[in-house]
Amino acid sequence: MCGIVGIYLKSKKFEKDLGKMLSGMLINMESRGPDSAGFAIYKKEKKQEFKYSICINNLVFEEFKKEISRKIKYNSILKNSDHVILSSKEIPEKVLSILNELKGINLVGYGKSIEIFKQIGNPKDVVKKFNLEKFSGTHGIGHTRMATESAITTNGSHPYSTGSDECLVHNGSLSNHNNLRRDLTKQGINFKSENDTEVAAGYISNHLLNKKNLKDTLKRSLSDLDGFYTFIAGTKKGFAIVRDEIACKPAVISETKDYVAIASEFQAMAHLPGINIANIFEPEPGIVYSWGN
Amino acid sequence: MKLDLKKTKLRKVNETLQSIDPKKNNKNYTILNPDGNHAICVGLTDDIDINIKGHVGYYCGGMNQNANITIEGNVGTGVAENMMSGKIHVKGNASQSAGATAHGGFLIIDGDASSRCGISMKGIDIVVKGSVGHMSAFMAQSGNLIVCGNAGEALGDSLYEADIYIKGKVKSLGADCIEKKMNNRHLKKLDKLLKKANLNKLKSKDFKRYGSARKLYNFNIDNVLNY
Repeated sequence: MCGIVGIYLKSKKFEKDLGKMLSGMLINMESRGPDSAGFAIYKKEKKQEFKYSICINNLVFEEFKKEISRKIKYNSILKNSDHVILSSKEIPEKVLSILNELKGINLVGYGKSIEIFKQIGNPKDVVKKFNLEKFSGTHGIGHTRMATESAITTNGSHPYSTGSDECLVHNGSLSNHNNLRRDLTKQGINFKSENDTEVAAGYISNHLLNKKNLKDTLKRSLSDLDGFYTFIAGTKKGFAIVRDEIACKPAVISETKDYVAIASEFQAMAHLPGINIANIFEPEPGIVYSWGN
Repeated sequence: MKLDLKKTKLRKVNETLQSIDPKKNNKNYTILNPDGNHAICVGLTDDIDINIKGHVGYYCGGMNQNANITIEGNVGTGVAENMMSGKIHVKGNASQSAGATAHGGFLIIDGDASSRCGISMKGIDIVVKGSVGHMSAFMAQSGNLIVCGNAGEALGDSLYEADIYIKGKVKSLGADCIEKKMNNRHLKKLDKLLKKANLNKLKSKDFKRYGSARKLYNFNIDNVLNY
């Protein structure tokens, strides 16, 4: 069991409240996933600048900053608890190869718009530690984890990001992830964990790289990914949800004129503004629902 | 009597409803701010009326005996699961496994019910005014499932003896489920249940009946090489 949540804003009305809305949803979903939590927030992009979300674990921030300064030309480096958002105009391939060589850190995602924070611990504590309530943005996705497939670590936490401005959260378990991982590794996708969801994220990235759109990619995943899943996948412009054909893993969608909210259970959305007049429905099995893509 | 889940803990609300004092004779209760909480109104045994103002989570009205529960919103997984008697009326949509394993009572869903509606039902009567999702009435043993809209894939898979009545289209029938002749007895029973659900304009002759082909009941020696 895990909890997944997401909000996509259709108007600017709640941009400043995005973090607050997502925070309440994540805290409520503690009952489905008490061992780790994480979230991805999409903000307005700055042209030519890429942001790298990095978990520095036990490293001392000042020392990390010193080391990075020697290796990467950056515009800003902002600390948020044990995570750092590094902004740079350098080409991503160069920055990524440097960051992947650094010891003691986890690169949790990168892109022009996305910022990812994830860590082990109770969702309530994780949300507080990163001060999610203060975040603003256009859309966000979150996850509360009850580990089944792999260890409780930062790299085992969701969201998974295997491509620029992409992220994926998952409730369920995949049964063909080892075969898929081998295939995708041959095609040049790198994986950092033994986790099944990371493979699904890699699968999506691989399709998006080949110019497929998110909706078609998720449609295709219904025949290529074997197992139980409700996925929420995010891109720079929006997000999408899909449930496998058996649909054992729950999801509820609430839509108003201002936002679309998705959660494993309705209770995670009960605090959202205007929820009483929202159109609330359960996504049908095997159908991809997407907004903004 | 009003019970507000923002002010009173769910356990306390359920305890209150589970231990009604017949001398006080208060039979009407309203539950405010359900906010998608799970297990609201489970294990009730008295003949009382409860109105829930909003959406609820999982297993609402589970194991109900005698109580008459109305939910003015949507319900999560397993509404009325294992209900024994009484009535549950959902004014919105229901998630999966509505009326699962229920032995008796009456469940009305004004909207749609998703997958596995009436799974393993054992005597309950379910009326869904909208449509039902895949594998509805899976392994159903007794009772009636009436659907005024359409049914999803594998309707009545591995069915025992429940009756299924569908007005709309059936995407596909599950293993051992077949369409059956509607005789007078069935028409009468269906009319009675439609009336009970205040669906007076619907006619039983517009429904089709589905039931068990009874081929999975016993081991068939012809299949021995398949195992």
